[in-house]
Amino acid sequence: MMFNFSIQKQKTPAIFKTLPLWDILIIGGGPAGLNAALYAQRKGLHVGVISKEIGGQLHNTSTVDNYLGLPMLEGKDLSEAFLKHIQSLEVPVYTDVWVNHIQKIGIDFVLDLSDGTQLKSKTILYATGGKPRQLGIPGEEQFANKGVSYCTTCDAPFFKGKHVVVAGGGNSAAEAVIDLAPFASHITVVHRSQWRADPITLKKHESIKHLTVHLETQLLEVLGEDLMTGVKILNKKTNKETTLQADGLFVEIGLIPTSDGIAHLATLNDRKEIIIDEHFMTNVPGLFAAGDVTNVPFKQIVIAVGDGAKAALSIQQYLIHQYSKGE
Amino acid sequence: MEKFFNDELQTQLKEILSQMVHDVHIVLFTNEQGCASCDETKQLLVEFESLIDKIHVEYKDIHQDKDLAKEYAITMTPSFVVLDANKKYKGVKFNGIPAGHEINSFIGALIEMSGFEVQIPEAMVQRIKAINKPVNIKVFVTLSCPHCPGAVQTAHRLAMLNPNIQGEMIEANTFKELSIKHKVSGVPKIIINDHYELVGNQPMEAFLKEIEKI
Repeated sequence: MMFNFSIQKQKTPAIFKTLPLWDILIIGGGPAGLNAALYAQRKGLHVGVISKEIGGQLHNTSTVDNYLGLPMLEGKDLSEAFLKHIQSLEVPVYTDVWVNHIQKIGIDFVLDLSDGTQLKSKTILYATGGKPRQLGIPGEEQFANKGVSYCTTCDAPFFKGKHVVVAGGGNSAAEAVIDLAPFASHITVVHRSQWRADPITLKKHESIKHLTVHLETQLLEVLGEDLMTGVKILNKKTNKETTLQADGLFVEIGLIPTSDGIAHLATLNDRKEIIIDEHFMTNVPGLFAAGDVTNVPFKQIVIAVGDGAKAALSIQQYLIHQYSKGE
Repeated sequence: MEKFFNDELQTQLKEILSQMVHDVHIVLFTNEQGCASCDETKQLLVEFESLIDKIHVEYKDIHQDKDLAKEYAITMTPSFVVLDANKKYKGVKFNGIPAGHEINSFIGALIEMSGFEVQIPEAMVQRIKAINKPVNIKVFVTLSCPHCPGAVQTAHRLAMLNPNIQGEMIEANTFKELSIKHKVSGVPKIIINDHYELVGNQPMEAFLKEIEKI
């Protein structure tokens, strides 16, 4: 029997009720946010983390095999190790809440949380990551949780003995195939271009005999009545439309940045990523961002972790050189 | 069966459970004819009861104790309810073992049922208390779902704040027929009064909006 603890020692650390002004509040509990918290805490800053869930997208990842020194690790184990490290340093973490609104008043920031708490901080690190990108095709919303899924680790057990389609061609899609293999009777990958996944991951597909791959193929529609029953696809080479009978569709086509909550302050690019400078600062002084929510290319755990550290160090410099002068 | 929690985990759990304010009673229903995960659920509760003297567990059989089962609307096994210090049922129920990620919603239910105060904005508390119709919230989960405990916890919080509301976790793989009946193929899936549906770990506001439509 497995248990995945993510409970805090104290449900809400008392400091969130008492500290009148924080040095840095980090919004987001994924790799970028947690490593920034570690660096900020070690620098002696008043740092707190606010996050609906700790771990971020690591929770949707079954196996992580590209984090140096920690081969073949479960995503949830890595997230637990991150949290344990943060807790050993006694960084206050506020979970189960949403940030409803952020505003800049003078040189400080005021945050309104979903439980009515209001917090004030000299700087903000926005590290909210991303959420699964949708295909945007007819039937996708209608059959969400009725066959269409965005979380393989959550929903794979429902597809025992069933035919499932995996949409996507990156590492997430390739990993989804591996996660579904013990459950599904057949897996069909549909991807609009060629594989982008690492060859080392694709090599694992060789032993999966119940796998069919349709590259250069577009998903057009999710079909069904009460539940999903299939997908309509277009082979782009032959321009031929066909229908695949399938019980499930796992959408693994990347992420959209979770930047809506900051769009009123920070400048975003056309992909909705927060634009940051080399010091991880947005166009608003004191408002920083790191990880998958930013315009830094390549969305990887190790990159988010590194960028979290760099952001925390930049924030320390900002507090010394700019904030203290009221700039 | 080997213990679920080794000494190190027991120490950590004791520290977390030290936040409990008053006692909490749990009534577990199993089936003497046997049921999937009944033994494991019983063991989980036995181990929790031994961690802290504030947790008290009663072990019942769904057939032999059918009147009590009826009182708590228990229809399947394993299933247990979490009662307050006065053994009052406030609509907090778990169907199936809360293992995997779901251990977190179980710990949350224990701490909050014991009287640990959770901060909810006053305006929202008033909206919850104003609900005057019977509301049943089913939250279907899998044990490998990290987003599920949050949804279960929200359902239980609503139940604790209003006697008209019941919140129940349902482990979808243990109760396959019920999952099929409600067309569950993704979790968390939240079903209100067997009719209204919500998908994903939604904020309390989203639960309330659906409930207020009833």
